[in-house]
Amino acid sequence: MGVAVSIQQLVKSFGSLRALDGVSLDIAEGEFFGLLGPNGAGKTTLISCLAGLVRPDQGQLSVLGCDVLADYREARRRLGVVPQELVFDPFFSVRETLRIQSGYFGIRNNEAWIDEILENLDLTAKANVNMRRLSGGMKRRVLVAQALVHKPPVIVLDEPTAGVDVELRQGLWHFVQRLNREGHTVILTTHYLEEAEALCGRIAMLKQGRIVALDTTSNLLARFTRHTLNLRLSNESGLPEALRVRATSNEGTWVFRLAGFDEIEPLLAAIRQAGCTIDDLRLTQTDLEDVFVGVMQAADVREGMAVR
Amino acid sequence: MTGFRTLLYKEVLRFWKVSFQTVAAPVLTALLYLLIFSHVLDAQVLVNGVRYAAFLIPGLVMMSVLQNAFANSSSSLIQSKVTGSIVFVLLPPISYVEFFLAYVVAALLRGLMVGLGVLVATAWLAPLTFVAPFWILAFAIMGGGIMGSLGMIAGIWADKFDQLAGFQNFLIMPLTMLSGVFYSIHSLPLFWQQVSHFNPVFYMIDGFRFGFFGVSDVAPGTSLAVVAVSFIIVALTTLALLRSGYKLRY
Repeated sequence: MGVAVSIQQLVKSFGSLRALDGVSLDIAEGEFFGLLGPNGAGKTTLISCLAGLVRPDQGQLSVLGCDVLADYREARRRLGVVPQELVFDPFFSVRETLRIQSGYFGIRNNEAWIDEILENLDLTAKANVNMRRLSGGMKRRVLVAQALVHKPPVIVLDEPTAGVDVELRQGLWHFVQRLNREGHTVILTTHYLEEAEALCGRIAMLKQGRIVALDTTSNLLARFTRHTLNLRLSNESGLPEALRVRATSNEGTWVFRLAGFDEIEPLLAAIRQAGCTIDDLRLTQTDLEDVFVGVMQAADVREGMAVR
Repeated sequence: MTGFRTLLYKEVLRFWKVSFQTVAAPVLTALLYLLIFSHVLDAQVLVNGVRYAAFLIPGLVMMSVLQNAFANSSSSLIQSKVTGSIVFVLLPPISYVEFFLAYVVAALLRGLMVGLGVLVATAWLAPLTFVAPFWILAFAIMGGGIMGSLGMIAGIWADKFDQLAGFQNFLIMPLTMLSGVFYSIHSLPLFWQQVSHFNPVFYMIDGFRFGFFGVSDVAPGTSLAVVAVSFIIVALTTLALLRSGYKLRY
């Protein structure tokens, strides 16, 4: 597999704000890649640099080997971007919008593909409706459709499901997953971490313009995995001191943080030996949200700004 | 060239869909100017041997071409900048030259359409001649091109609608109103005649009017040269702005 997107030592400042501070990242063809980070981390700036909307101060970016500045025409043909802002041109209908967008990419007679996109995004019934008359969710779908008119091998979705209902979210992800299976590289930024966890094979986490974590989703989850065992005992005071130091008490529930499943059995054995009876037991697993919080806190500590 | 053609088509469609406001309204405004001024002055005033109403018509036609060409590119750009829909034009592989040509040609088309509308609406009110049609076309096209291009500069520069309105009302409007649309500059005091020679719009109007009556305040060749040089300067400035990405690509 070749490299779909290559970003090398990317630096971009807006006045005194360093939005991107030396970001390097390679995304392989066919990946479903997640770009996560808090507001202001630099995700949209990174995507805007890739799309040619923002000019970097330093560094190189290429899409499928085409430099986004020197070879901008070829780079842009290979890239489809769904912008974060809900923007539209109020003069045109949905179909006119998509025809015009096709023309911008040098494509005429694109009706068959436009019909297919409309069908897949459940927009067929709205094809001849003016953009002004669409709901927010519908406008969002048109934005996705506009990014796909030229069948770009690399698709960038900048928070495409912000403010979108569950049904559309599901439909959109089915369509994007299908495109990914058909070989399109997908880059996604989102605030919904469960989405990133479910969809992305690999994830980069950004903070203050720097990459603070970059790994496969499963490795990230494994690295930060803390199974949590929540126990409610019938005789709380009976928990021996040796176990008590390993747990925290939360409204009568003892919470044990475990590195792995193998720690469960010895713990339960020790509790039995102490003569305690378990009333209730619950095991929870780490999700991407815990990983995210962990990574961001670790980055804070590295920056020497941990809040105590 | 499909990118350029599509952008041009979209720009034309944009004003055509609201043509009542963008074409019909300015035609009516110009017609009202003519009715009022010719009612008051036609019987008393001869300019360069031409009756005032006839003298005024080419001026109004050209003023409409210029103002509407400026309005088209500037309002299209500021609207798409403010709403954010400019991104649809910035993401595709459209070169800055195609971008420039599409906006200027669309602006010119609207200017010419309004100008033709004004001519048709007013021609029956006074006897008009068309002594040199080539000059008429040359000045209309270059004048519209200059204003379409200036409209792009204003639209790119302005961040808000009131900045654009400032550009339009405090620069374009005085330049066109004080260019000899309503009078021959020979009727002005000497000082203001000299000031008028620094206004490029004066040469556009004067040369355009020469095409109708064969008489003008300055030689039409001089006017054409001034207008051509102005066009080149404004076009190169606009192209340089687009190439640098000024206020479009940050």
